[in-house]
Amino acid sequence: MSLEVQGLAVRRGDVALFAPLDLRVECGAVAVVMGPSGVGKSTLLDAIGGHLEHGFTCAGRVLVMGRDVTALPAEARRIGVMFQDALLFPHLCLGDNLAFGLPAALRGRTARRAAVEAALAQAGLEGLYARDPATLSGGQKARAALMRALLAEPQALLLDEPFSKLDAGLRAEMRSFVFGHVKARGIATLMVTHDPADAGAAGGAVVAL
Amino acid sequence: MTPLRGPILRGAVLGVVLLGLIAPIVVGLTETARAGFGQLPALGHVGWSLEPWRMLRDQPGFVTSLRLTLVTGVGATLIALALAVGFCAAMSSGAGAGRMRWLAPFLAVPHAAMAVGLAFVLAPSGWIARVFAFVLGWDQPPDVASVHDGWGLALMLGLVVKELPYLLLVMASGLSQVPVARQMAVGRAMGYAPGVVWIKVIWPQLWPLIRLPVWVVLAYGLSVVDMAVILGPSNPPTLAVAVVRWFNAADVAMILPAAAGALVQTAVVVVAIAALCGAEVVLRRAGLWWLRRGGRGWSWGPGLRVAQGGVVGLMALAALALLSLLVWSLAWRWSFPMLWPEGWSGALWMRADWRMAMLHTLVLAAVTVVLALVLAICWLEAEEDRARAPWAEALIYLPLLVPQIGFLYGLNVVFLRAGVAGGYAAVICGQLLFVFPYVMIALSEPWRALDARLLRVGAALGAGRWRRLLALRLPMLLRPIMTAAAIGVAVSVAQYLPTLFLGAGRIATLTTEAVTLSSGSDRRVTGVYASLQAALPFAAYGLAALIPAWWHRNRRDLRGGTA
Repeated sequence: MSLEVQGLAVRRGDVALFAPLDLRVECGAVAVVMGPSGVGKSTLLDAIGGHLEHGFTCAGRVLVMGRDVTALPAEARRIGVMFQDALLFPHLCLGDNLAFGLPAALRGRTARRAAVEAALAQAGLEGLYARDPATLSGGQKARAALMRALLAEPQALLLDEPFSKLDAGLRAEMRSFVFGHVKARGIATLMVTHDPADAGAAGGAVVAL
Repeated sequence: MTPLRGPILRGAVLGVVLLGLIAPIVVGLTETARAGFGQLPALGHVGWSLEPWRMLRDQPGFVTSLRLTLVTGVGATLIALALAVGFCAAMSSGAGAGRMRWLAPFLAVPHAAMAVGLAFVLAPSGWIARVFAFVLGWDQPPDVASVHDGWGLALMLGLVVKELPYLLLVMASGLSQVPVARQMAVGRAMGYAPGVVWIKVIWPQLWPLIRLPVWVVLAYGLSVVDMAVILGPSNPPTLAVAVVRWFNAADVAMILPAAAGALVQTAVVVVAIAALCGAEVVLRRAGLWWLRRGGRGWSWGPGLRVAQGGVVGLMALAALALLSLLVWSLAWRWSFPMLWPEGWSGALWMRADWRMAMLHTLVLAAVTVVLALVLAICWLEAEEDRARAPWAEALIYLPLLVPQIGFLYGLNVVFLRAGVAGGYAAVICGQLLFVFPYVMIALSEPWRALDARLLRVGAALGAGRWRRLLALRLPMLLRPIMTAAAIGVAVSVAQYLPTLFLGAGRIATLTTEAVTLSSGSDRRVTGVYASLQAALPFAAYGLAALIPAWWHRNRRDLRGGTA
C-alpha cells in the first residue's frame, strides 16, 4: 500500500510554502518529514490528506496505491490521520468512537461490535467500550486514536507529531505500538516531527522541509 | 480541489440572507417612503407631493413627540452605558463573563413584561408608594404621575433597567478578550488609580468590541413602542408610538403623515448613530490629549461605587418588578396601602382565555427559532468552503438597527399585494428578521471555536459532509445550539410590532395582549399575561441548560460551562 507524492506544492495566496516535493513511501514503511516549526509541515499533510483550508491552493499529484486521489475530497481518499492530540470525539463513548471509523461494508450489529471489541483488546482497552473518552489516560487515548484510524482500513496514514504531547516513558512505548501496527498491516505512513528520536525509530526515509 | 458544491452553497446561503434579511427592509422602507411622499394609490393618492409632511407638521404634539423620543432614547442609552462602564471599572479585573451570569435572567425577560412589572412597582398605588404610605401613614395614593409622566422619566428608567444587563454581558464578553489584569498591574505600577487605568487603557480597547451592540441599544431606545406604550408619556407620546397610532387611526388618510413620521423616525436613528460616531472621533482626540498629559488623576473610587450601587439597585428594582407580576396575577383583594394582598386567588389562571395567546406565541417561537437555526447552521457550514464574508456578517445587524416602524408598514403593503398579509406566514417572516440575527450572533462564536481537527479526523475516517455535520458537529455543539435557540425564543416571544403590523391584529400573542391590557384597569389580568410572557424565555433557558446536561451526563468534556 504505497503513498506517492509528485511535485506537490502548496501556495497561500501568492506565497509558495515549500519547494515542489516528490516523495514515495512503500507499503509498511514509515517516512519522516522534519523541519523547524512554521515551515509548513502540517500544511503538507493537509494537502496530502485533502484537508487544506480555504485560501490555500495546491499543485501536483497525490497517489495512493497508484490511484490518483488529488481531485477527491478527504473522505474518499482513504488516508488516515493522527494528530498530537488523540481527538477522540467527546460526545461518543470509546467504543462508538472506534465504530465511527469502521467501514459501512461490515454489516450486522454483532459483527461490528466484535470488530470494535477486538480492536479495543489489541490496544489494551478491554471492557472499556462504554467509557467516556475524557476519563482515559493519555496513553489509552493515543492507542484508541490509532485503533480508530486503523479500523477505517486506510491505504496510507499521516502522523502529525503524534508523540510530542506524551511524556518520555510513554513516547517510546507508543512509537513501537504505532510502528508495529502499521508495519504489520503494510500501511505506507508519513510522519511529521521535529524530534530526531522519532525519525530514528521510524527507520524510513527522512525528508527535510 | 474540492468539488463545485462549495461555491453553489455559498451563493445559495448569501442569496437567502440577502433576500430574507435585506430585501424586506429595503422594500419596506421604499414602500413607506412612497406613502410618505404622497404615493398611496389605494386611497386615490397618486403623484408626488409634500402633503404628508405638511400633515405631519400640523399634528398636535409632533414636536413634543420628537423631543421626547430624543431625550428618552439618547438619555437612556447614555445613562445605561455610563452605569455599565462604571460597574465594570469598579470590578476592574474581576468583570469576567462568569461573574455576570446572574444578569442573564434579566436579559431573558421581554421588554413588555419588564415594563408592566415596573409600572406595577412605580405607579402611585404601586409597591414603592405603599412602602411610603406604610412609613408616612398615607391612606390615599399620592397624586403624581409616576408612570406615563410627561418627561418620559419612567420610560427612561424602564429602558435603562432592560438595556443595562445586555450592555454588561456584552462588555463582559468583550473584556474576556483583553488582558485586563496584566494591563491593570502595569498601569497601577506607574501610579494610576485602578479606575483611571480602566478608563485610559482598557476602555479604548473595549469600545470597538461593543460599538455595534451600543448602536443596537441606541436604535432600540429611540424607536421602542411596547415599553413606551406601557411606561411612556401618553399625550403626546414618543414619536414611534405616535406613528403607530396614526397608522392604525380610524381615518385612513392618517397613513400619509404616519408614513412621513416613520421616515422621520428612521432619520432620527441614522442621525443619532452618526452623532455617536462623531462623538467617538472627538472623544478619541480628547482622550489622547488627556492620556499624553500623563496626569494620574484623582481617585475615581466614589464615582465608580455610585455606579456599582446604581446597577445593583436597578437590578433589585427589576427583580421586584418581576415578582410584582406574579403577586398581582394571584392577588384577589389588594387595596391601598396594604403591602401584601389581603386575599389570594388562582381563578384568573384557571380561566382559559390566555391559552389561545399562549398557543400563538409558542407556535410562532417554535417555527421562527427552527428556521433561524437551520439558516444559521447552513451559513456557518458554508464557511468551510469560503473565507468569512465580513460585509455579509455586518448586514446581519441591519434589522436590529433600522427602526421597525420604518419598514413594517411598507412590508405589510408588499405582503398585502402578495396576498400573504395578516397570516402566520407574514408574522413568521417578520419575526425571523429579528430572531435570526440573535441566533446567528449566539451560535457563530462556539461554532468557529470547535477544533477543526476533529472534523478532519472524521473526514479521514471516511465520513462525508452530511455525516460530519449530523454525527459530529451538531451533537458536539448541542449546548451552544440550545442556548442560541433559547435566545431565539426570548426574542420571538418579545416581538410586539411585527406581530401587530404583519398579523393585522388577528394573531394575538402574550405580548400583544399584555401591551393592550396594560392600559386597562385590571392589574390581575395583565399580571397573568405578563407573567406568562416572562416565564416562557425562562423556561427556554432552563431547557437549554438541562437538555445538554442530561444528554451529555456521562461526557465530561462536554459538561463544562463553555456556552
